[in-house]
Amino acid sequence: MPVISIGNLVKTFGAIRALDGLDLHVERGEVHGFLGPNGSGKSTTIRILLGLLRRDSGDAQVLGADPWRDAVRLHRRLAYVPGDVNLWPNLTGGEAIDLLGQLRGGLDRRRRDELLHRFDLDPTRRCRTYSKGNRQKVAIVAAFSSPVELYVLDEPTSGLDPLMEAVFQDEVRRVKQAGATVLLSSHVLAEVEALCNRVSIIREGRTVESGTLTELRHLTRTAVTVETARPVTGLDVLPGVHDVHEVDGRTHLEVEPAHLDELLGHLIGFGVHALTSTPPTLEQLFLRHYGDAPAAAAASADGPADRAGSAGAPGTGAGPAHGPAAGAAPAGEGSHADTQADVPQAGAR
Amino acid sequence: MSALTGTTRLARLVLRRDRIRLAIWILGTPLLGYALAGSVAGIYPDQDARLGYATTSASSLVARAFNGPIHGTDLGAVVVAETYVTLALIVALLSTFAVTRHTRQNEETGRAELLGANVVGRYAPLTAALLVIVAANALAAALLAVALVGAGLPLAGSVAAAAAIGGVGVAFTAIAAVTAQLSVTARGANALAAATVGLSFVLRAAGDVLGEQSADGTRVRSAWPSWISPLGWGNQVRAFDGERWWVLALPVALLLAGVALAYALAERRDQGAGLIAPRRGPATGAPLLLSPTGLAWRTQRGTLLGWAVGVAALGLPMGVAADEFNDMIDANPAAAEAINAMGGGDDLIKAYLTAMLGLFALTIGAYVVQALLRVRGDEADGVLEAALATAVSRTRWLGTQVLAATLGAVALLLLAGVTTGLGYGIVIGDPLGQAVELGGAALLRLPALLVVAGVVTALFGLLPRWSVVLSWMALLVFLLLGQLGAVLELPQAALNVSPYTHVPAVPAVHPAALPLVVLAAVAAALLAVGVVAFRHRDVPS
Ligand SMILES: Nc1ncnc2c1ncn2[C@@H]1O[C@H](COP(=O)(O)OP(=O)(O)O)[C@@H](O)[C@H]1O
Ligand SMILES: [Mg+2]
Repeated sequence: MPVISIGNLVKTFGAIRALDGLDLHVERGEVHGFLGPNGSGKSTTIRILLGLLRRDSGDAQVLGADPWRDAVRLHRRLAYVPGDVNLWPNLTGGEAIDLLGQLRGGLDRRRRDELLHRFDLDPTRRCRTYSKGNRQKVAIVAAFSSPVELYVLDEPTSGLDPLMEAVFQDEVRRVKQAGATVLLSSHVLAEVEALCNRVSIIREGRTVESGTLTELRHLTRTAVTVETARPVTGLDVLPGVHDVHEVDGRTHLEVEPAHLDELLGHLIGFGVHALTSTPPTLEQLFLRHYGDAPAAAAASADGPADRAGSAGAPGTGAGPAHGPAAGAAPAGEGSHADTQADVPQAGAR
Repeated sequence: MSALTGTTRLARLVLRRDRIRLAIWILGTPLLGYALAGSVAGIYPDQDARLGYATTSASSLVARAFNGPIHGTDLGAVVVAETYVTLALIVALLSTFAVTRHTRQNEETGRAELLGANVVGRYAPLTAALLVIVAANALAAALLAVALVGAGLPLAGSVAAAAAIGGVGVAFTAIAAVTAQLSVTARGANALAAATVGLSFVLRAAGDVLGEQSADGTRVRSAWPSWISPLGWGNQVRAFDGERWWVLALPVALLLAGVALAYALAERRDQGAGLIAPRRGPATGAPLLLSPTGLAWRTQRGTLLGWAVGVAALGLPMGVAADEFNDMIDANPAAAEAINAMGGGDDLIKAYLTAMLGLFALTIGAYVVQALLRVRGDEADGVLEAALATAVSRTRWLGTQVLAATLGAVALLLLAGVTTGLGYGIVIGDPLGQAVELGGAALLRLPALLVVAGVVTALFGLLPRWSVVLSWMALLVFLLLGQLGAVLELPQAALNVSPYTHVPAVPAVHPAALPLVVLAAVAAALLAVGVVAFRHRDVPS
């Protein structure tokens, strides 16, 4: 039984349709990345899961119960870090943590003290004097001090420094080890990559992509730069190859992961001097989904990634095929300007 | 000067943010002045009545403490005596809160940082706020002068009286400009400035009590403490009694000094920092804090303590004044009639005490509104969301807040009755008996306060975004109908809208159970509506 199960969820605020048929499924024990541009409806979804907002229509189940009707019972089994943490200004951080923990049904004191130490948080200061990052830490410590089944985290690390980000990641791994489920809304892609088994990407209140990171990677193309003895011909008839162009005697192209093997076989015949291949980065993946119109993004899920090339991320990843060191120049470098004007290449095969 | 770059732009921002508040302030002060002047003129229409009033006011220490020194028998002088303290306190607090809102609060929320990173000089935010607030005070004073002339008072005195009020606003603008530099939080800055207002009140009261009555008995010459209180300066202008215009230079001088000091302090500190370091607190939550009830007590206790001090400080002298009231009544039958309309019954002293308890009940209504609206404040701040995401039900959360506000109201009512009874009892030699009797009489006002709580709760549940404005408006309507309605001779149907109308006028008349039961039932219905609506709506919304 999934821990979170949302189907065709709709929520409107007056004329604004914040959620427009959203789907989300989170299985027990997984860390699920919940991604989407600002205003796409992440916080709204989370508030519905907490029984704070009432859904207009659609199904929502949390731990097998209705989040609106069974809110109080459910809240004993979950912990929440709000996106914008505000606390009682005249309470100290320590008091706020204890209060939230107690209201939730109790917290692990040893764990609490350890977390305070690890997050380097002074619990004797009044909440009104905390910076955004420190308020965030208070909410994080309060949440992770409670041994619960589900952690709902709404952009929990947006105010944290890299050191604290590492501590946070440790904590997520720890609760995951203990068998808990985590829903993590985040914009920090490195964090998502490091922690999440599966991700769901939403746009304008709709789910546009959901799956493991590997699955999502397969939907985008690998960027390849090759230097050959003789000019490469015949690329336009190869299946799965897009965006071919030449700059300074080097050929730049993009290939769908499934067709990489055929491409390499073809290139061998032209005398390869150097070859760089860059796997699609998470940034490219997200830029494609964040930047496009939703319809185009949905359509391109099974076709070419028209904007992937323009993201131009440095090719440092461990690609499926590495050429000699001579081709160490970032693969995206030459393709910046050229591919930006490209139209979708659906008919290029 | 580059430190002032951007001042005009920021002043426009202040105007834009506060356009409604400023309009209410600038138009509300003269309207209130006009209404009060009119009602005073109705109560003391002729020279005889005013002579009686002036003589009593000059000899009564309570009147001196609360109304300030009287300056002769001119109608204007009586109007000033009856209205000055109220209006002065209003503009002092309005100016204070406005300065903090546009200076320290911006720093606390980080808005100032956002602005400061643009082409904005170091002194620009403070200067912009002060410009607008001083201008608002000047404009409100000008309109107040027009209103007083419109109410039939002489020109010179009207201008002097209005300028005196404006001067109080300007003086506290300067004081708030300094306190905003001292405290890190807006709350702290407001508390400091409000404490200065309180201290000024006490100094002025002391100076006026210690002052001398003139030979003809209709004037008071204040002692020196009044001169070190910005609230006292306005009285020393002696509007309608040979105006001393030069006294108006005092608030202007204070403004210049305050601005210079605030600039100097701003120069010496970082953005967002203050000169008073915030206190540390406990690292763990005490067991008593860790529940909705504990939290409610913790968040309310400061407010409640402030109210308790204020109620006790008013109750005792009001009780003591009950005996002086007899002399005053002899001198002024019209005033007796007005009190009688508010209190009712045959025994004038009991009517007076009843009227005082009624006023307390209304004032404590403001406590109930303030205490309950914290839930809305918490919702707007996002704190409520964090709390309701724990295993606390909405009913329990809201119910706890209502209970806390109700218990606070019970405590304040009891305190008001007991202190008033003590004051009166000490004078007539029966402190314990009067304390018990008036304490009980005060508690009979509770059902009216429950209705106030019900109204706020229902508004919070049904119309959360409007609940703050509508709750205060409801209380204002109750005030106008319940207390002043009888004086203004409004029709009974209008008076019946206010729950305060239905409270038995104890001790002036015998208590009746039925109206109290009906009030309690109305309150229960309103509370139920509020809770059910809150259970069914979005949070936050
Ligand atoms: N209480 C509200 N009233 C009106 N509109 C809202 C409210 N809450 C959210 N919205 C709107 O719903 C959309 C989704 O918001 P949100 O869920 O906060 O997005 P995200 O968390 O993904 O940034 C936005 O367009 C936002 O403006
Ligand atoms: Mg959000």
